[in-house]
Amino acid sequence: MSAKNSVNISFSVNGENFDDVTVPTRQHLADYLRSQGLTGTHLGCEQGACGACTIEMDGVAVRSCLVLASQANGSSITTVEGFDDEVMQKVKNNFLKHNAFQCGFCSPGMLMTTKEIISSKKKLSRDEIRSEISGNYCRCTGYQSIVDAIEETINEIN
Amino acid sequence: MDDIKVNQNPKLGSMDRPNSYIGRSLPRENAKKHLEGGGQFVDDLVLPRMLHVAFLRSPFAHAEIKSINVEEAKKSPGVFDVYTAKEIDEYCTPWVGTLGHLGEMRSPEQTPLAKKIARWQGEPIAVVIANNRAQAEDALELIEVDWEEKDAQVDMETALDDNAVVIHPELGSNLFWTRTVNQGDVNQAFETSHAVVQTTLDFARHTGVTLESRGIVADWNKSEGKITIYHNGQAPHMMQHIIAKHLEVNEGLVRIVSRDVGGSFGIKVHVYPDEMAVAAISKKLGRPIKFIADRLESFTTDIHARCHKISGKLGVDKEGKILAMEINDLSGIGPFSMYPRTSAIETNQVLNLSGAPYVIPNYKAVGTVVFQNKTPMCQYRAVGHPIAVAITEALIDKAANKIDIGLSEIRKKNFIPDNAYPNKTPSGVPLEDLSHEASMDKLLTMMNIQDIEKEKIANLDKNVLCGYGVISMCEVTNPSPLFYGVGGAHISSQDGASIRLEGSGAIHLSSSITEQGQGTEAIMKQIAADQLGVSMDSVRVTLGDTDATPYGGGTWASRGAGIGGEAVLKAARILKDNILDIAAAIMQTDKNSLDVENNTVIRKNGGEGITLQQLAETVYYRGHELPKGTNPELLATASFLIEGIPFVFTNSAMGCKVSIDQDTGIIKIDKFWAVEDCGTQINPKLVEEQIRGGVIQGIGGALFEECVYDDQGNMQNATMADYLVPMAYEMPDIIVDHVTTNSGRSIIGAKGAGEAGTGGAPAVIMNAVNNALKHHGTEVLSQPITPEKILRALGKI
Repeated sequence: MSAKNSVNISFSVNGENFDDVTVPTRQHLADYLRSQGLTGTHLGCEQGACGACTIEMDGVAVRSCLVLASQANGSSITTVEGFDDEVMQKVKNNFLKHNAFQCGFCSPGMLMTTKEIISSKKKLSRDEIRSEISGNYCRCTGYQSIVDAIEETINEIN
Repeated sequence: MDDIKVNQNPKLGSMDRPNSYIGRSLPRENAKKHLEGGGQFVDDLVLPRMLHVAFLRSPFAHAEIKSINVEEAKKSPGVFDVYTAKEIDEYCTPWVGTLGHLGEMRSPEQTPLAKKIARWQGEPIAVVIANNRAQAEDALELIEVDWEEKDAQVDMETALDDNAVVIHPELGSNLFWTRTVNQGDVNQAFETSHAVVQTTLDFARHTGVTLESRGIVADWNKSEGKITIYHNGQAPHMMQHIIAKHLEVNEGLVRIVSRDVGGSFGIKVHVYPDEMAVAAISKKLGRPIKFIADRLESFTTDIHARCHKISGKLGVDKEGKILAMEINDLSGIGPFSMYPRTSAIETNQVLNLSGAPYVIPNYKAVGTVVFQNKTPMCQYRAVGHPIAVAITEALIDKAANKIDIGLSEIRKKNFIPDNAYPNKTPSGVPLEDLSHEASMDKLLTMMNIQDIEKEKIANLDKNVLCGYGVISMCEVTNPSPLFYGVGGAHISSQDGASIRLEGSGAIHLSSSITEQGQGTEAIMKQIAADQLGVSMDSVRVTLGDTDATPYGGGTWASRGAGIGGEAVLKAARILKDNILDIAAAIMQTDKNSLDVENNTVIRKNGGEGITLQQLAETVYYRGHELPKGTNPELLATASFLIEGIPFVFTNSAMGCKVSIDQDTGIIKIDKFWAVEDCGTQINPKLVEEQIRGGVIQGIGGALFEECVYDDQGNMQNATMADYLVPMAYEMPDIIVDHVTTNSGRSIIGAKGAGEAGTGGAPAVIMNAVNNALKHHGTEVLSQPITPEKILRALGKI
């Protein structure tokens, strides 16, 4: 690949530094992360509609299929592999308890969206939770168990 | 999860004993990996020297390939080679999607890549093999095809007309298959009926939209003459046979591995041309080849479902007793019948299942299945059920309205009584162990229809209309060999389980049933631990590997728990018996005085026992200590098969309440109730989640989902931004309850529960919508029931 087709960037993923790595200019961030073995980030539609690839970039939930890898330069990224703080442990426990996933393909994105919802510390109604996760597609559960898990987590942390 | 106890099956023993796990809503500990990003999906797999492919697909619904030039594409950076049908056909024989047991089916040979003619938009024509997918896609643009577009036969309703475009001239017409069922004399019964009602319903095409798309990695190992295929399918042993047959490889040298699968719903149980091409390319090149469908490929090449137009007629007497039912169903399946299950089964199920909950002495059903230039259509979750249930329940509501009796009352008058099984569907299919009466009674208690009626009446002249519906249905589960095997398909209806006690005292279980998120692994563990008397965490499970599991059918037609679960139960009982034999020999006592609890062989009358670890260590490492002649067998394998009947049916009753905004046409589902009788529930929470997920998929078909085509056969909405799927905000909470009638066909008594929701929701929603619209003298008879259709029905647009 010629030089103009790639760019060197530095950023961190789950606390691990990626220093001066070469990425194809046209590669989206999800493909780059997956190419590094961080396969917890899933691709469902590659056009920002399904939410499966949602990750955290500098504290904000983003669709990693709509971000070029080169745009990650200087950023701090968290993926599902890095969701291990106390609050996310609670979230994961409640997802397990309520069976808030079946095949697990949507779960990384759904957990990321949940992380953003609960970080606001707001008490949300079930309808509000449904609205917040309405950008994440799940074909298996029918969403009720996901709402149950998020609702219980919100109650626990507030 | 609540620890609900629902095990009412005396054959399974008391629930008040240690290690009693069947009937408990235990969490799926094995699935934690998905919350850590640790799943192993096909696209996560990277093999040394692996190449990637991208397919050139027909942009036209029907076109002749006058010539194809791949030379420029071959020179594109990173490209290894480019193949057309000529190269692939040397490594893969053609197939035909017909079966022998349902009368004449006519479908032509199909090859991985189209040769002369492309017959649907999306059909693969050529394939680029490159170092990565992006480079393969770049090269696609350099392939030159001289196309001659032909007229396309898009509309199924004109497919048999004299001037139709005949898609396969050698067949003479676009007819794939037809069947007529005729029980009694419907014409005479209609003549003597007090009231006769009729309707015609349309069901658009929709598709599975599994979040993980189809994917395959094929790895031909030249040195062993063996091919390993990592595949996100549902039926590994079926694929093993298919790959062996068409790649002409010894079947024993084909290994299919299905690890985590990101949703399947029937989409991933079929044989796809692009996947066969990938296997052929791997054999040709001796290298691992990966193909992961992108979303456009999913929409235009995953099988579509439904696509029916069905007319029905129902005759009742003065009291509302059904005297006769007649249906006529037309379905369009694309240009080929899918292999190996055929695209006849959905229509066949419509004919089998219409009217199934009811006593209908005279029944006639005609099904016609035609070819058209659209994506192939085949079996998807709740095969045929939405059509059969919707036509039956729509006619029953019409009859109730005509003779002015209640919606639940007319159903109760006509149910096959709960005490009248074994019985038969109106089409003559055997039925056993069902509970329509009890299930409807339970549903009515949950719904409180009087209150809904009051609300409805109060809203009659308001802007937001209120309506409700109730339905009953039968769900096909646990099929026997009479489903596919009898027709010549190498699809096992038997499943096996193998359980061993290991040297550490741990239990290893393998099963031919596969996991796509339903909870297969969890329920297998529950059954094994329950029956052996060990803790859940001492059992680990292997699924989805033809080299490592017993032979069997896999997961489809809601068969995992009822067939695969019974095999686990039987194997666990054999292993326990062996353990007790060995323990009796070691402990010098009568076997009947022993039992296994908490991973220990105990003396029922007290006294010291031995742990399973001690027992295993004795057998494996110090066998000389065993009394002479002791059978050291600590591996047990068992199989199970449904015999004598085609299916084990499950029944459900469903209700819903909807609101319709007359300004926007938007339908809101206020409440949804489901009562399911799937016999023994191994894990009630998982059963309920199957019902809920199924209902939501049914709501998708009823209200949102449609593969929209223009009249040239171009799919217009093949992206996830344009094709509407149910998202969280529009979906209701679903209240689920159960009636339990165990299947008499097995010890475990479990029937299936995976598809009723999808089969019943479209009917009950349509009935509720038309219940709301009735006051305005209008109705909507086509699905999806979009706001536009509502507004048209109300005369607003």
